[in-house]
Amino acid sequence: MSVANLSYRAVFALVLKRDLTIAMRHKDDIINPLLFFVIVVTLFPLGIGPEAQTLSRIAPGIIWVAALLSTLLSLDRLFKSDHVDGSLEQMLLSPQPVFILVLAKIVAHWLITGLPLILIAPLLAVLLHLNEQSYGALILTLLLGTPVLSLLGAIGVALTVGIKKGGVLLSLLVLPLYIPVLIFATSAIDTAALGLPYSGQLAIIAALFFGSLTLAPFAVGAALKVSTN
Amino acid sequence: MWKWLHPYANPEVSYHFAGKILPWLSALAALFLSIGLIWALAFAPADYQQGDSFRIFYIHVPAASLSMGIYLGMAIAAFTSLVWQFKLADASAAAMAPVGATFTAIALITGAAWGKPMWGTWWIWDARLTSELILLFLYLGVIALHNAFEDKNLAGKAAGILTLVGVINLPIIKYSVEWWNTLHQGSTVSKLGKPSMSVDMLWPFVFCFLGFIFLVSVFICIRFRSEILARNSIRPWVRTLVSEHIAQEKTNAV
Repeated sequence: MSVANLSYRAVFALVLKRDLTIAMRHKDDIINPLLFFVIVVTLFPLGIGPEAQTLSRIAPGIIWVAALLSTLLSLDRLFKSDHVDGSLEQMLLSPQPVFILVLAKIVAHWLITGLPLILIAPLLAVLLHLNEQSYGALILTLLLGTPVLSLLGAIGVALTVGIKKGGVLLSLLVLPLYIPVLIFATSAIDTAALGLPYSGQLAIIAALFFGSLTLAPFAVGAALKVSTN
Repeated sequence: MWKWLHPYANPEVSYHFAGKILPWLSALAALFLSIGLIWALAFAPADYQQGDSFRIFYIHVPAASLSMGIYLGMAIAAFTSLVWQFKLADASAAAMAPVGATFTAIALITGAAWGKPMWGTWWIWDARLTSELILLFLYLGVIALHNAFEDKNLAGKAAGILTLVGVINLPIIKYSVEWWNTLHQGSTVSKLGKPSMSVDMLWPFVFCFLGFIFLVSVFICIRFRSEILARNSIRPWVRTLVSEHIAQEKTNAV
């Protein structure tokens, strides 16, 4: 079967499977951002002091900021290696819509970096004495919020992939865009700690998620075309 | 209908047009700013609550509105450039970014200088201050991305995409910051609310505002011209322009 006749679903599955296979063969790419996440979170009690009350007050912020930073750290490999070995250019030249290809790569990125983050977050929440009522909110906000981080981050990587020293630039481009997610996620967790409903904040994060899911791949596609030129 | 616009797609025509309006804009800026600032700083009545420190608003408010206005202008230019492949729009967006960043910085610094006597502190995590700070970060991101590319055309396209992403995010950031502020610390500082200005305070403000708009246009015109020259440096018309300029310098020196 020629590539041109593949259905969108098949293309999506193909790219997703390829990226996951590559990630599985470079396991340190999965583990290092996760280790970074754990270490950054550990630094805060050391810097601030071990009082349980203070820690539980700032735990949502610490976990979310650490999540932002470790996502940022892992973004680089979203397109970098593909750009270096030329496969990115081939993908863009293929008859398939860039939207699908980009979306598959972003989903793969989230599965590799976002999902492990969510799995390990409750453990770190225990270390930071997070309020017991907040665990549900923490998981839900991470579940809805980390895909947004991957989607928005992909725009930044796509813009900087052709630049030699793109790393610092990437953080300058992407971090301001992460602010709304950070605000609503931590506010949801704080509200949950008070025993109040936090569905409003979740709804907004969900809106951010669907908004970026539909718009970001277009921006990424346009940016990749500029970068590979 | 659009026929009058076509000649300006040519960089040379646009360059000379910008050069022609530049002295007019400069004169208007000088006129309005000197009238407005002298009136505002020396003759307008002092505020009954804030005394003379309110006068910084004559600089702060125009700078703050222009910082957002320029970003919008940049986004429109970026959109024009991406959709219609209109290269001069790239040049104008590139000309606007540093001017906008400077005015954002001016708004932040004058705001801090006003906050010190009024709130007793240089900085408060007020929603407006915070969103202005984030706007500055967005500007710096666009400028940094622009500088990172060696090819000016690519730089313009990349920065254009970032500007458009930013302009979609700007309202989201603004509202989320406002909500964050009200959730975290209540309305302690929102007493800023629009005081209905008396007429003898308003007129100098109008002059200042128009003056700053003309000043920004002057800066953008100058930068737009140099952007055009930098992008077209291999074209014959730029070369003749430069050689004419050098010849004139020589005759002046003699």
